[in-house]
Amino acid sequence: MAHWEPVLLANVDRPNSEKIDTYLKHGGYKALRKALSMTPESVIAEVKASGLRGRGGAGFPTGTKWGFMPKDAPVKYLAVNTDEGEPGTFKDRLIVERDPHSILEGVIITAYAVGAHRAFVYIRGEFFLGVKRWIKAISDAYQHGFLGRDILGTGFDLDVSVHRGAGAYICGEETAMIESLEGKRGIPRQKPPFPANRGIWGKPTLVQNCETLANIPHIVLRGAGWYAGIGTEQSKGIKIFCVSGHVNRPGNFELPLGTTLKEIIYEHAGGVRKGREIKAIVPGGASTPLLRGDRVFTPMAFETLKEAGSALGTGAVIVMDQTTDIVEVVRRTMRFFVHESCGNCLPCRVGGHNILSLLEKLTAGTGTMKDIDEIEYLANGITGRTFCPMGTGMVEPVLSSLKLFRGEYEAKAAGR
Amino acid sequence: MKAKSVPRKPEGRAVVDPAKEAMLLAALYIAQEQKGYLTEESVKQVAKRLGLTAGEVYSTASFYTLFRTEPVGRYVIQVCEGLSCYLNDGAERVVEYVSEKLGIKPGETTPDGTFTLEMVQCLASCGTAPAMRVNDQLYENLTPASIDEILERITGEV
Ligand SMILES: Cc1cc2nc3c(=O)[nH]c(=O)nc-3n(C[C@H](O)[C@H](O)[C@H](O)COP(=O)(O)O)c2cc1C
Ligand code: SF4
Ligand code: FES
Repeated sequence: MAHWEPVLLANVDRPNSEKIDTYLKHGGYKALRKALSMTPESVIAEVKASGLRGRGGAGFPTGTKWGFMPKDAPVKYLAVNTDEGEPGTFKDRLIVERDPHSILEGVIITAYAVGAHRAFVYIRGEFFLGVKRWIKAISDAYQHGFLGRDILGTGFDLDVSVHRGAGAYICGEETAMIESLEGKRGIPRQKPPFPANRGIWGKPTLVQNCETLANIPHIVLRGAGWYAGIGTEQSKGIKIFCVSGHVNRPGNFELPLGTTLKEIIYEHAGGVRKGREIKAIVPGGASTPLLRGDRVFTPMAFETLKEAGSALGTGAVIVMDQTTDIVEVVRRTMRFFVHESCGNCLPCRVGGHNILSLLEKLTAGTGTMKDIDEIEYLANGITGRTFCPMGTGMVEPVLSSLKLFRGEYEAKAAGR
Repeated sequence: MKAKSVPRKPEGRAVVDPAKEAMLLAALYIAQEQKGYLTEESVKQVAKRLGLTAGEVYSTASFYTLFRTEPVGRYVIQVCEGLSCYLNDGAERVVEYVSEKLGIKPGETTPDGTFTLEMVQCLASCGTAPAMRVNDQLYENLTPASIDEILERITGEV
């Protein structure tokens, strides 16, 4: 196993890792000083050259997105996505609770680069400790002159505030988050216009994931060349992989993109429990298609997972051994999505509900072969026809499992 | 279900102040602290303070699962039913164990008003599954022994 010395997670296991003094003692806020001595354009250029892509699930190139923010708009906002709710994902909560300043330093640099003077942290309502840690980090940063008026004497101003969500997965979707920040129901907005043109209160808004932002200080400090030298052709840099399910040592592992599932599961996460074989892997969180266990040699990178028929998503690897009941896994995942559907569009609201009912019939032992065809028909009808990506995401486990594990569905229908 | 765009100028009063409206979720959290749920009175108060109608406040509150409009126990136990917790022998097993101990099913409250039991979605503790929350406290790597300890500590406090 190639050794990787953690960068993003270098602080999390230190005592009092969340405190500003600990962060400063280990080189914290050096990158901010460096960034503020550069022009905003050169900070953007650096991030573009690093090849960093969003870590919130969609993988959009970060520097390119910054470039979409209009130069001449008088008011611009930055929204920090701490809504982590994709089942299997638990990396943002770790960074927020254990090293909030690493994200905050990224927030300040990002705001400087795109010319935003106001940043909103949107945090999942359930993350009570995270809320406390964010608030403490922000107030300490004000005390040290890293926030507020005339930051470090450079004339740059930035205010940051924390906003608690209240239990709605859909608010992680960027436009639903903007609605929620405005105090409304979290119903996604039509795109275009994209948030970079019309976001919070109609003003240009950059939405960025916590892990994405935590990369920024390191890119500024060590340079784009360093970052782009890690990873693969289309997937540069480092990623936090969340590994859960039937493994001996579940947890968060920071590794270069392109590390194989095999290395992640067997070397870092301690292998499969009881020495069992892997039946299936969810590689990127609940809304990414399942992979068969024999895909374990696939490198965890955007392009290779796409080739394998899935997606990198949030990098949340859920491992399922040979004893796993796949239909039950899909039913459970579907239940999540149906519960979280905002109800705005018909395919997601009604189609999702109908698929769930049929899956429940199968797991209860009353399903038929016709029900399997019906599930497939409905799922094919939903994919690509929903108002926001969630509806399409919710049928990924259904369609992929029907392709890879149809026999398990049929065994249920046959009463086996 | 909300239509795509609701006119932001309700009958009979001035345009909604966006800065005030943005405080709605925070205001609802404060309102909910008093009784553990949103009473009719508290909803009206929030509406008045923020220049919204009570209907608008209800409509928004009802979208979010952490806001309640019915009374709940002093301690709300939320057991994760997500995939990783299920794969770790959690979810149903944890719920069954808590159910048996407290004599209530998910969705119910103990007769003395101490505990409410609920099933919730992934709590971002999948690496330390099974997990549950009791009010604002998260508990991970649950075992029957640790559940006993958590419940006994709370019962001791009550
Ligand atoms: C249903 C849904 C839920 C999402 N949830 C999250 C989330 O919890 N956290 C997050 O960072 N991005 C989430 N996203 C992605 C965001 O819409 C957005 O792409 C992301 O925050 C952009 O940041 P990034 O470019 O740094 O990844 C979600 C998207 C969808 C469609
Ligand atoms: S796809 Fe689902 S979550 Fe997205 S807008 Fe439609 S109903 Fe809402
Ligand atoms: S599945 Fe239970 S915490 Fe994620």
